[in-house]
Amino acid sequence: MQLAQTQGTVGSVGLNIGIFAVFVLLTLVVVYRASRSNRTASDYYAAGRSFSGSQNGIAISGDYLSAASFLGIAGAIAVYGYDGFLYSIGFLVAWLVALLLVAELLRNTGKFTMGDVLSFRMKQRPVRAAAATSTLVVSFFYLIAQMAGAGGLIALLLQIPNSNKLGQSIVIAVVGLVMIAYVLVGGMKGTTWVQIIKAALLVVGAFVMTFWVLGKYGLNFSALLGGAVEKSSKGEALLAPGLQYKNKIDFISLGIALVLGTAGLPHILMRFYTVPTAKEARKSVVWAIWLIGIFYLFTLVLGYGAAALVGPDVITKAPGGVNSAAPLLAFQLGGEVLLGLISAIAFATILAVVAGLTITASASFAHDVYANVVKRGQTTPGAEVRVARRTALIIGIVAIAGGILANGQNVAFLVALAFAVAASANLPTILYSLFWKRFNTMGALWSIYGGLAVCLVLIVFSPAVSGSETAMIKGADFAWFPLSNPGIVSIPVSFLLGVIGTFVGRRERFNSEKYAEMEVRSLTGAGSEKATVDA
Amino acid sequence: MSTTGERSAGGTIYQQVQASPEFGDLRRRLRRFVFPMSALFLIWYLVYVLLASYAPDFMAIRLSGNFTVGLLIGLLQFVSTFLITTLYVRFADRTLDPAAERIRHEIEGEA
Repeated sequence: MQLAQTQGTVGSVGLNIGIFAVFVLLTLVVVYRASRSNRTASDYYAAGRSFSGSQNGIAISGDYLSAASFLGIAGAIAVYGYDGFLYSIGFLVAWLVALLLVAELLRNTGKFTMGDVLSFRMKQRPVRAAAATSTLVVSFFYLIAQMAGAGGLIALLLQIPNSNKLGQSIVIAVVGLVMIAYVLVGGMKGTTWVQIIKAALLVVGAFVMTFWVLGKYGLNFSALLGGAVEKSSKGEALLAPGLQYKNKIDFISLGIALVLGTAGLPHILMRFYTVPTAKEARKSVVWAIWLIGIFYLFTLVLGYGAAALVGPDVITKAPGGVNSAAPLLAFQLGGEVLLGLISAIAFATILAVVAGLTITASASFAHDVYANVVKRGQTTPGAEVRVARRTALIIGIVAIAGGILANGQNVAFLVALAFAVAASANLPTILYSLFWKRFNTMGALWSIYGGLAVCLVLIVFSPAVSGSETAMIKGADFAWFPLSNPGIVSIPVSFLLGVIGTFVGRRERFNSEKYAEMEVRSLTGAGSEKATVDA
Repeated sequence: MSTTGERSAGGTIYQQVQASPEFGDLRRRLRRFVFPMSALFLIWYLVYVLLASYAPDFMAIRLSGNFTVGLLIGLLQFVSTFLITTLYVRFADRTLDPAAERIRHEIEGEA
């Protein structure tokens, strides 16, 4: 138990930085090589649709398994036991929505962004503006949560204490700059390769640690659980639900947002455009489901393993708190070297996810707002990509600034909020426009803006922001909504608003030609964007 | 690639295809699979979340050693997800893809 006394000063800083630097150098070389074939808008946004289903599936796992799901879930299981596991199940089951209802139809219908699909048979400018707004909001929340998470990680891995805000800020800025380099140099192709490399490292790292931990208990999972129960002050409660989520309705609300949010996350949707056909899009999701599922099974072992071998009390006291469970377990198992490796993977995770978010947000701004709303479709692909690159630079700077400001704040609720907005503003609109004939422009606007507004209002007046011990703004209390997760209200409201809006706008002329084109195209792939250079 | 502008007696090529029995059959098969399956897994997930919220004592029952009912049902969510994935892929490969491909060739041959 020497860890307890040293208070998180574990591992060697030089080694951690060294391994991370090797990762950055390696990926930069790959990104640079990938960039040499970047010529067209399709190359920049969709990697020329040249990735195979399996490659894209690995990249999707890389994009999806953020620091929140790797460090956060392992840590939540270590400290709260079963409730952390519940979280991971929502994240996995959610992929069935993407597989059955969204991925292939979206791939066949759209070109680069979510707005392409939503505006297909609607009035272009208002719907694209709405789609871009919700894309930017979701990406922004997700981005800030990732960058703020980097702060806690830095405290643990580079031994820059929370008191040294300047030092932590410099590291956040470096992380942001490397990310900007990936996106500007490599575009979607480079970003995808970073995600593939990171996903492979993450899954292999988790695999090795899982069997290492299980080996210590003679490959007996029950014995491992026994070890965790023995070490935890919570005892047997670790094996059943109820330690983390005290408010039942709030937990159900979170569960619904997790399961319906994934298929509405713009950076995940955009990944389906990087493959040549709908069949490859399907294959991507299948790969992603298996990889993500197996990975969460690993985190179940790692979480209870960290509880058994490190101990929940040591974890919660370490800098980085709950997030430090996996790194501390790595140190316990394999000393400095394994800690260095896992730390590098954790940093790589933040880099890859942030890069994916940045390219998505910049694509949505350039393709939906600039090219179609501002220029009314009268622009060249070259000009559009230039705008996308500039936007990526601005988003990168905003991410760095936001990450520095949010560092040390309790912004964990931002990830849940991003899922809630995705499930409320995006998913109903996507499903309606794919499956409901009479859905119209007004319906799309009501469900996007309505879902977005309801989510934001409820979260601002929720205990996550004020009026509770864990609130973002301590000492203030303007909360009147009792739940931290708005999903249980905002998702049904948004589905309903889509119907009401459609009814209100029923006098809009029904565009039967566009509807026929969209439906035939979505189901058969006829006329969909091809792998060849298209712009 | 767009053929929306080309009008013939029965509207655009897409409108003709959309009205064809072959396309209607493809749409019906797709929907008949994905809608019930989506309802099924969403309900099964909701049951799980409700059990975790309202029946923690049931979830804490030990089955063997330290392995609880909650862990079993949780792992069954993984199994059902993998199973539905496999079933859908088999269905799509065998039923949807050939039909979709036939229709696509018809359209693109004409375009």
